[in-house]
Amino acid sequence: MSGVRRWTMIEHDRAGAVFLALIAAVAIAAPVLNQLVPASSPFHLSTYSLTLIGKYMCYAMLALAVDLIWGYAGILSLGHAAFFALGGYAMGMYLMRQIGPRGVYGDPILPDFMVFLNWQKLPWFWTGFNHFWFALVAIAAVPAALALVFGWFAFRSRVTGVYFSIMTQALSYALMLAFFRNDMGFGGNNGFTDFKDILGFDLHADRTRVVLVVVTAAALAASYLACRVIVSSRAGRLFRAIRDAESRARFLGYRVESYKLWVFVVSAVLAGIAGALYVPQVGIINPSEFAPINSIEAVIWVAVGGRGTLFGAAMGAVLVNYAKTYFTGALPELWLYALGALFVLVTLFLPHGLAGLGRRRRRAVQAGAAVPAIWVLGSHVGVSLGNKLK
Amino acid sequence: MIRPPHLPSPDKILTLEDLTVSFDGFKALDGLTLSVDRGELRCIIGPNGAGKTTMMDVVTGKTRPDHGSAWFAQDVDLLALSEPEIAQAGIGRKFQKPTVFESLTVFENLELAIWGDKSFWKDLVARLTRAQRQHIDDILDVIGLTSERAALAGALAHGQKQWLEIGMLLMQEPELLLVDEPVAGMTPQETARTVELLLSLAAEHSLIVVEHDMDFVRSIARRVTVLHEGRVLADGNMDQVQNDPRVVEVYLGA
Repeated sequence: MSGVRRWTMIEHDRAGAVFLALIAAVAIAAPVLNQLVPASSPFHLSTYSLTLIGKYMCYAMLALAVDLIWGYAGILSLGHAAFFALGGYAMGMYLMRQIGPRGVYGDPILPDFMVFLNWQKLPWFWTGFNHFWFALVAIAAVPAALALVFGWFAFRSRVTGVYFSIMTQALSYALMLAFFRNDMGFGGNNGFTDFKDILGFDLHADRTRVVLVVVTAAALAASYLACRVIVSSRAGRLFRAIRDAESRARFLGYRVESYKLWVFVVSAVLAGIAGALYVPQVGIINPSEFAPINSIEAVIWVAVGGRGTLFGAAMGAVLVNYAKTYFTGALPELWLYALGALFVLVTLFLPHGLAGLGRRRRRAVQAGAAVPAIWVLGSHVGVSLGNKLK
Repeated sequence: MIRPPHLPSPDKILTLEDLTVSFDGFKALDGLTLSVDRGELRCIIGPNGAGKTTMMDVVTGKTRPDHGSAWFAQDVDLLALSEPEIAQAGIGRKFQKPTVFESLTVFENLELAIWGDKSFWKDLVARLTRAQRQHIDDILDVIGLTSERAALAGALAHGQKQWLEIGMLLMQEPELLLVDEPVAGMTPQETARTVELLLSLAAEHSLIVVEHDMDFVRSIARRVTVLHEGRVLADGNMDQVQNDPRVVEVYLGA
């Protein structure tokens, strides 16, 4: 495909253009409001809120990954949190190695939890994680490898629909149980935390936080573009075709399993990168990230925002998480009920999610405007909330 | 699996020998032996459960027989290939229920049916060549959907969906076309148009048509095969078949 065609593709994607502009605005505004505006000013963005924005953008990337396979290829994964967590663990291993002798036990090589367990040397699978580049490779390669092996068996056996969903859920649950075990070598129950720095920059410094948010914004924009290129290609049209009539695609000569497998792998890699960006910002990764509820929540974000729209899925992730931040602060015991109610209401009344609100008026422009408008509104709530919680 | 002792003769496009398929003890095909000549338009009729659809499933790789052999042209062993491989080898199939990609446009439906080497990574960057666009335009003309090219396939009338599906098969450039009940649920006008379409195809392709509508069969068929209980009951031109007392008993007379 020529460069020209790619650009026209983005041009015709108005909602996507608005979405990308919004990401750019966040990437510029957040650092300015945090670094240049004095803390006394009402426009100052606290580091807490800054980190919250970074975290939400990681969730938005995970939502893109889910929408790519669910919204377009009709593959409902209820285990995407597993890929997110694996990417996070790969980043966490690098961050643990960066601690070096500054740990509580002061061992120059072994992370604290290994010293605590009386381990004498690093397990083999920790080799190389002292290098950032190695961790980067693992962040993509580990989720990709798992998706490849799992997907190969599942798609080849033509496991589809609810059976596939249940299997992905089981996969994530099994990984959670495995990572809870101390002898797995991933810190067991506690996972990894107490990170000190990344590439030599102090993780507790505001400037590092700002850079992480900007990098996350760039990764989110890049993920969006990658997904848009995929869904606008002939392969993307084939995914919608498979969703409509899988056997027709097969009798046209398409090896449907292999298409599903590759898009599943791409999606897993996106989820892994999202997880890797998440961990240095929230400062912890533990087995609860594999919990089934996390995968289900990701699917709800996509449903709320609008399945099969990409930008809607990303916006849905941000919105639902703002709501979660609010509810878990104000009425913690109600959050799960609120989430469930939200899912039921959206399914009943907004089958195309919030992005479908504009579509009903038959104008994509309005969809592009309505969702960001809600998003901006939400961000105000989030920021003031962040200040209140401080 | 038993192979035929000799390769099929060069004028055969499809050779089925002694095919047996059973589902939970029920024999959907019971030693079916059938061959179709290159360039032939063959109609297959038979009561429900006679094995017509099962035969198509075996030929297109959807169902594996317990026993027997299936050869495409002289040297393609259909029982050793998967569905996409069989499609790539040159066999197209139209389903009983019109099966098109409803959320794509008519044009996009035909685009996806283009014959060629198909893989995820190639299709990420694939673009239509001028010749391919022209080919799609030609097919749109043949199936009479030129003015609906930008319409969503899901919005088409029933008959138009059937034609679109036939158009998709033509894009595949198959040597052999299997067509399952092409006029079911069609208006008389649509049926007439479909007859015209299939007859025009018969010149360049070999066709096997399964149909219940006897008037339709009479209007297109040169040779008719009657299936009953998974076997060939009778074979010949329409008059011979209609006058065969066994056929009258199991099917036509009913």
